[in-house]
Amino acid sequence: MEHAATHETATGLPTWKLGFWTFIGSETLFFGSLISTYMVYKGASVVGPYPHEILNIPLTTISTFVLLMSSFAMVLALAGVQQGNRKQALIWLAMTAGLGATFLAFQAYEFTEFYRHGLTLSTNLFGSTFFILTGFHGAHVTVGVIWLTILWVMALRGRLGPGDALKVEVAGLYWHFVDVVWIAIFTLVYLLQ
Amino acid sequence: MATAETTALRTAPAHRSGLWSWITTVDHKRIGILYGATSLFFLLVGGLEALLIRLQLAVPDNDLIGPELYNQLFTMHGTTMVFLVGMPIAVAFFNYIVPLQIGARDVAFPRLNALSYWIFLFGALLMNSSFLFGAAPNAGWFGYAPLTGEQYSPGLNIDFWVLGLQVLGVASIMGGINFITTIINLRAPGMRLMRMPLFTWMALVVSFLLITALPVFAVALFFLTFDRFWGTKFFVTSAGGDPILWQHLFWLFGHPEVYILILPAFGIISDVLPAFTRKPLFGYAIMVYSGILIGFIGWGVWAHHMFATGLGPVADAFFAAATMIIAIPTGVKIFNWLATMWGGSLRFDTPMLFCIALVGMFTIGGISGVHHATAPANLQQTDTYYVVAHFHYVLVGGLIMGVFAGLYFWLPKVTGRMLDERLGKLHFWLTVIGVNLTFFPMHFAGLLGMPRRIFTYSSELNLGSINMVITIGGIITAIATMIFVYNLWRSLRHGAPAGDNPWNAHTLEWATTSPPPEYNFGRIPEIRSREPMWDHPEEMIAAAQHVPEKPIHMPSPSYWPIFTAFGITLTAALFLTKIWWTPLLGLLWTAVGVVNWAFEPLER
Amino acid sequence: MRADAEGSVGQEIERGTHSHPTWKTYTMVAIVLAIITAAEVAVFYVPSLEGALVPILLALSAAKFSLVVMFYMHLKFDSRIFSGVFLAPMSLAMVVIIGLILLFKVLPLYR
Repeated sequence: MEHAATHETATGLPTWKLGFWTFIGSETLFFGSLISTYMVYKGASVVGPYPHEILNIPLTTISTFVLLMSSFAMVLALAGVQQGNRKQALIWLAMTAGLGATFLAFQAYEFTEFYRHGLTLSTNLFGSTFFILTGFHGAHVTVGVIWLTILWVMALRGRLGPGDALKVEVAGLYWHFVDVVWIAIFTLVYLLQ
Repeated sequence: MATAETTALRTAPAHRSGLWSWITTVDHKRIGILYGATSLFFLLVGGLEALLIRLQLAVPDNDLIGPELYNQLFTMHGTTMVFLVGMPIAVAFFNYIVPLQIGARDVAFPRLNALSYWIFLFGALLMNSSFLFGAAPNAGWFGYAPLTGEQYSPGLNIDFWVLGLQVLGVASIMGGINFITTIINLRAPGMRLMRMPLFTWMALVVSFLLITALPVFAVALFFLTFDRFWGTKFFVTSAGGDPILWQHLFWLFGHPEVYILILPAFGIISDVLPAFTRKPLFGYAIMVYSGILIGFIGWGVWAHHMFATGLGPVADAFFAAATMIIAIPTGVKIFNWLATMWGGSLRFDTPMLFCIALVGMFTIGGISGVHHATAPANLQQTDTYYVVAHFHYVLVGGLIMGVFAGLYFWLPKVTGRMLDERLGKLHFWLTVIGVNLTFFPMHFAGLLGMPRRIFTYSSELNLGSINMVITIGGIITAIATMIFVYNLWRSLRHGAPAGDNPWNAHTLEWATTSPPPEYNFGRIPEIRSREPMWDHPEEMIAAAQHVPEKPIHMPSPSYWPIFTAFGITLTAALFLTKIWWTPLLGLLWTAVGVVNWAFEPLER
Repeated sequence: MRADAEGSVGQEIERGTHSHPTWKTYTMVAIVLAIITAAEVAVFYVPSLEGALVPILLALSAAKFSLVVMFYMHLKFDSRIFSGVFLAPMSLAMVVIIGLILLFKVLPLYR
């Protein structure tokens, strides 16, 4: 029986992976526009609080490190799935999601701290641009954590074998991209005040 | 020839007819028809809005339509024509034609394809539902801040605008991803990139423009939405915000958008012309590269929409130069189409007539475009009817002519029936007369000082006669369009049987029956030429119309796309309640849809 | 070279024995990422480097970006088509960022 969906592809590349890389391409424009706006409005706030007053570099360095390590965990999780090593897959998927959730916890703490110091979405341009940029990034991380959790549950039920590696690979692409966006944000927002 | 047995093999199991089969369809051909029907409907809606505008402007100091309603009419006319007609009609063609042209059975992600359509429909309904509240968007199709901010537009109008467009943008991005993946990955053996039909090439370029330009617009819309709903300061001058940023972000999207609008039409006529000149497209490779170049350079010209905002001489010079440069690959295409016609054995059927109209009228629009590119002269032309003349020549004279060429050319493949030639020619001539009568005088009106977006004008301006001529042109165009609608309806009922290849055209879709079976090709052909139906017709037809020995399982119908599309639109609509947690309900609905979809096998 | 639309693992492993990064590579990348991050923060705190802060930090973060994309996202070892559909839009993102910064921050200095 011929199945229309599993015929050979013109490039030899998996269709899902190609589609997802294209999606990531479009996301660079999304975050690029958010970052551009942050850069354009840097220093333009008429009232405080201002970045140098409340950005916490040591704390954010830790959360940055956490997110970077989560990418490492993701790579190990993918290897586990590809090699049919269920235990490795479970451990490292959980690690990735856990580190991602930890990053979100840091973000939540940071946001509430800023709120306590009088910085909200509507306080000034810094508040608007900062919270929108990091907020959308955080939303992406949240979606990623949920995605990884679903994959973890699938692995738990023995439904994530080597034949399903592409699913994990695609989730990995998403996760690494979200990490890479943070690399840009950390530099442009926190270090280059 | 179809026998009872082969028909049985060709017919998929249940759900082949009836409303539910259309609601759950994931077949690119059906989705193409849905897109086409919906965009033609909105063509009439946008056309009605235009007619009302023209009736109001027919005479000076008119009081047929007051300023409030007028603002809504010109805003919705523009928004409808760009987002609910121009873009989706191109997608209708992409959907139906591209998989057939590359020898594929469907697009890369059939359910995502359906999702894009339903999002389009629901987003269109959301935006137009604003009329029921008497609060249709009213600040222009480009929604400049600070007019669209909370202070100057406190009502629901702009809320509908930002939310509706945000929803529509998602559909476009998903569609772009789908077609890029389809064109790169699902080509038949031997269908190298440089053997693909020009229409498919333009679909590829447009898809890249969609996935890059729409995210920028999404960000701009988010900024405006947050300014309006949650007090952010993106475009609030008192807080240091700069409304010019809106213009930059909008036109960063908006300029690639106009290439998104026109390149499909360029692709259409590139594939239609050869059938009526009996020679291949002149300069195939150049046509491909110029299309790619237009797409890329189109990203470097956006601020030519902002010459009157005080960008400064350096920026003005840069954008003026870049805009002039982009005229080169565009002009190259015009010459290539002319060269395709030159020395050919010409047949002036209706599709050909519309192709010729595009070449002529788009050139006129291109010339006024070059005038706009001259930054100093632009200051005279900006915000006058000279600009209105320009973009209608390129969009109506370009895009719409191309669309009609494509419809007359490809509808026989879709329906199995020809459109009437005599009615077609009548439609054509009335359209050419009507459109030129409408838009050519606008050049003069503009240079004589008639501003854009005014609901009336004083008799002292002495523009009454010109405006009356324009309005008459609009009425003629409306009549012409009605003739097309009648032709379409008549063709569906009594049209002459089309056969497989009524035009003796060269591209692969003409190898199939009209309409093609659900699986498109009985056997995927091996392509060895740019004009497969001219060079190897028997082989292509044998493969396409081969009766499969075993059933070919196509992706199964699914209701998760429409379910999810509803969730996305619901999320946006719930923002209108201004109760912050209600959109979360919409998100929950959407999440239910997405997860169920993810776990549903593609084929069941 | 043709492959199943889902990209079977057999194919993956076959390609992998030639060019797939090892555990060691991944760990090295992780360590380098950590070191660069530490360097970035250190540079931030060193007053004498303030003048060169921007180019140094941009270079360092570009390095991190490239490492994650090339190794963790596997782009270095994968088909150039993937690089194409990623880099083409990203170059436009650069146009947007640089263009807006020039228009809003740099050009006004020369009015």
